[in-house]
Amino acid sequence: METLYSVTVGILTACSVFLILRGRSFPVVVGITMLSYAVNLFLFSTGRLTIDGAPIYGTQEIYADPLPQALVLTAIVIGFAMTAYSIILAVRARGELGTDEVNQQDNSTEGNR
Amino acid sequence: MNLLFIIFAPFFGALLPLIFKQASRPIKTGITLLVPILCLIVLFQYAPATLAGEVPKQMVEWLPGIGLDFAVRLDGLSLLFVGLILGIGLLIIAYAHYYLSSNDDESRFYACLLLFMSSMLGIVMADNILLLWVFWELTSISSFLLIGYWFHSSDARRGARMALATTGAGGLALLAGLLIIGHIAGGYQLDTVFAAAEQIKTHAYYVPALILMLLGAFTKSAQFPFQFWLPHAMAAPTPVSAYLHSATMVKAGIFLLARFHPVLAETELWFTLVTLTGLITMLVGAYFALLKHDLKGLLAFSTISHLGLICMLLGIGTQGAVIAALFHVINHAFFKAALFMTAGIIDHESGTRDMRKLQGLMSLMPITATLAMIVAASMAGIPPFNGFMSKELFLDQALQQHLFGGLSWFIPVLATVGAMLSVAYSIRFIHDVFFNGEYKELPTKPHDPPRMMSAPVVVLALLCIAIGLAPMTMVSGILDQAASAVTATQVQVKLSLWHGFNLPLLMSAVAVIGGILIYMARDQLFTFNRQFDGQDAKHNFEIIVQKISDAAANFYERLDTGSLQRYIAFVLISVIVVLIPSLSDLNVVTGGKPQLPVDMVSMVGALVLIGAAFATATLHRNRFVMLTMLSVVGLIVSLAFAHFSAPDLAMTQLVVEVVSIILMILALFFMPQKTNRASSGHRVFRDIIIASFIGGIVATLNFAILTSPFESISDFFLANAKSGGGGTNVVNVILVDFRGFDTLGEITVLAIAAAGIHKLLNKLKPFMPSSDIDGRPWHRIKHPLMLTTVSNIILPMAMVVAVYIFFRGHNLPGGGFIAGLIVASAMILQYIANGVDWVKERFDVNYQSLMSFGVMTAALTGVGSWIFDKPFLTSWFTYLDWPVVGKFEFATALLFDLGVFLTVIGATMMILSNFGKMTTRHRPTHEGH
Repeated sequence: METLYSVTVGILTACSVFLILRGRSFPVVVGITMLSYAVNLFLFSTGRLTIDGAPIYGTQEIYADPLPQALVLTAIVIGFAMTAYSIILAVRARGELGTDEVNQQDNSTEGNR
Repeated sequence: MNLLFIIFAPFFGALLPLIFKQASRPIKTGITLLVPILCLIVLFQYAPATLAGEVPKQMVEWLPGIGLDFAVRLDGLSLLFVGLILGIGLLIIAYAHYYLSSNDDESRFYACLLLFMSSMLGIVMADNILLLWVFWELTSISSFLLIGYWFHSSDARRGARMALATTGAGGLALLAGLLIIGHIAGGYQLDTVFAAAEQIKTHAYYVPALILMLLGAFTKSAQFPFQFWLPHAMAAPTPVSAYLHSATMVKAGIFLLARFHPVLAETELWFTLVTLTGLITMLVGAYFALLKHDLKGLLAFSTISHLGLICMLLGIGTQGAVIAALFHVINHAFFKAALFMTAGIIDHESGTRDMRKLQGLMSLMPITATLAMIVAASMAGIPPFNGFMSKELFLDQALQQHLFGGLSWFIPVLATVGAMLSVAYSIRFIHDVFFNGEYKELPTKPHDPPRMMSAPVVVLALLCIAIGLAPMTMVSGILDQAASAVTATQVQVKLSLWHGFNLPLLMSAVAVIGGILIYMARDQLFTFNRQFDGQDAKHNFEIIVQKISDAAANFYERLDTGSLQRYIAFVLISVIVVLIPSLSDLNVVTGGKPQLPVDMVSMVGALVLIGAAFATATLHRNRFVMLTMLSVVGLIVSLAFAHFSAPDLAMTQLVVEVVSIILMILALFFMPQKTNRASSGHRVFRDIIIASFIGGIVATLNFAILTSPFESISDFFLANAKSGGGGTNVVNVILVDFRGFDTLGEITVLAIAAAGIHKLLNKLKPFMPSSDIDGRPWHRIKHPLMLTTVSNIILPMAMVVAVYIFFRGHNLPGGGFIAGLIVASAMILQYIANGVDWVKERFDVNYQSLMSFGVMTAALTGVGSWIFDKPFLTSWFTYLDWPVVGKFEFATALLFDLGVFLTVIGATMMILSNFGKMTTRHRPTHEGH
């Protein structure tokens, strides 16, 4: 199971990284979002994998590690804030610059330097 | 009174002229003068002890962690310099009062001067070598302000920059040197350093330490080849030049050599470097001094030359040489300050400093001329003035050294040449200006200045005579102690004007005669030198600076290409490069923890996840498809959480997934629906390689973590959740109780992000397509009936569920985050189904306020525990009996969770409703209806 889990996380990461390296803003934002999923899975797994061990009193014999769960829960919400921010930034950039390229365009370089 | 007062009085006193900015100049001068006078009074209380051979000290802890204490001492060497700095500073302030024109801002001048004075005093009194360095840099900065005082002139700005760059760079070298020395000695207190003298000299790092220290000293004291900045610093007002280049700034380098004499000197390397540098500087300076037509230029180069002389004496390093060096420090300070002031008076009265224009001023300004002759004679080394004596001592020392074996004779010969040149330029200063024919027309007709303006010169001239006539009474006391401090032995100084007929006297005579001859042949010298006119230090310096900054700009240009793709690739490649070696060191990846068996559900889930991830990456050109695939990824992740015993995470992930996909679809409306093929095959290939490496690293790390056994601190939370936090859902108790502070920070971040988005949307002019990607116009029905109807039913249900989830959160999966997101998604559905206006009519809530209210509720809950004298966010709970419902628990953590709940609703709705509004507001008119 652990092998399967880590391979999945690795592939998820690789796909996100590939997307983040694209030249347009939308795939980059999707890549960041997907990377945050991968990171959440990774962080979650630092508490090791437990099946049928939800850390709620009285339900189980052995409990899963609750601390990474609490951390990841906040990470999910923060990840949402980040996704939202970056997607709006992308829309704004599209509106202001007229393009969704993430690389600086040559015609705009002169004025910004 | 306190020794520290001497440093702090001018430091804080620098504010006085600025505070009294509105006052008249005499008042400001008076206030400013008061500062060094008070310092001198304090100094006189301590001086007797120092002269008796004691070393008064004082210390205040500053940053003990790095060995930096505010420790000061007043040994003989410090006393000598403190006296010069304060005494000459006093005269300079009085002189500047008359020198500055009515247009000059004297408040700023006095403030900078006092600041400079304070930093110089700090250098010479520091008992901690790091403290010494702090003040050293402070002199660089304050001298920059002083040299650039007339900042409207480009010369002043450039001169100031040059001085700052040179001495500042030297300062950094000095810091490195001091750190090495401190490291070897095991401490930064001077006594610790002195005690480790032998260790330092024999240490392997002695050579680098010495070179670094010398770099600091030589740049500050304008020693060859760093002499170039000093002449350009002459763009400063003359009082500044008189102060910086007689008694202070440039003497700091000399002071440094003297201060560290006990620990660095008397080695072959020290002798060679310091003596030869001093010798070369002396000759170069003297030669150029003769060639300058500008009075201040002449004095600047003569300063360089005299500093070279002192430096050379310190290089020789015998007891006699040290005495001669210190004696010359005093003498040079007196005659050079006086000469600068005289040059200033001439400039002030006649409007020019050019010796080719000035002549015959003797008849017009006899007093100035007389004073100038006295001090110039002192500089030339003519008896009976003080300069004569130190020059005799210098020549004597040059004769006595035998440090270059059979070639040692060249040092006295060159020393005599230096003395000759010194005589020649001194004569030039006097003869060209005051004699050399009748008075010629000048910008203003000169006359002697007000008596008070020449008073400081009179004082200095009298000192030159007094020291010359009665050296033992005037200076032997202080020289004894100063030389003792430098040589670390007890020294008894014997000085007299008349040494009998001996070789040094003969050399002096040769120097005077030679000087006169050189002066008479000066026209040939000018002609000879004209062929080198193209050389200008300032010009060269600027070319070098320009080249460095061009190179930096070039490098920056390459690094900062404006390409996000390249930046990210760069970062990722660095990650790979850094991680691969340490990962390959990790021999065993598989830890001892036995693996769980793979079940069917997990297998299918993993395969779907992998497939969806690949699809997201490969189908990214069709953006809608990509989003759909991303939502699959999100859903499976949520299932994974559910499967691996994290119900809270699963629920959160599920709702967040819904909300973010809605947001992205909304955003997609404003973006191109497809990506054109932009990346070359080459780049795609590169990206796949990078992505695979990163993925591989992450997978390896994750596997290593998963398979290794571990001890968790979570047992504490598991054991205390019920007893300490009153809840049975440990994750929720951690969130709202044990780690409540984290959660508070986190909802704050969420709120800030939402506020940032709100700002980003402000005045946004989004790109608005009027049709979909295939050119079909948008559907004319905005709000489909089915959706509208269903959404109306869902809203109250969602609310009930949310309340339920919220309340059970403490004990069962749920809580503020999840409940908030459920409410938010139900609300969003209303917006989608019915439109912004429809919702606004029925439910007009300001989401910003809601969000702020949420954060405040959470924070105030935390503050509430202060009322009960408990730390921030301590929770309290009890059990209440509620008729019908039964016994249930009430905890303050619930209030905190309510804050979380409200923040999440507020922030999410603020983001989505504001963004959603854009589509309505900007919707093109020709569609719909």
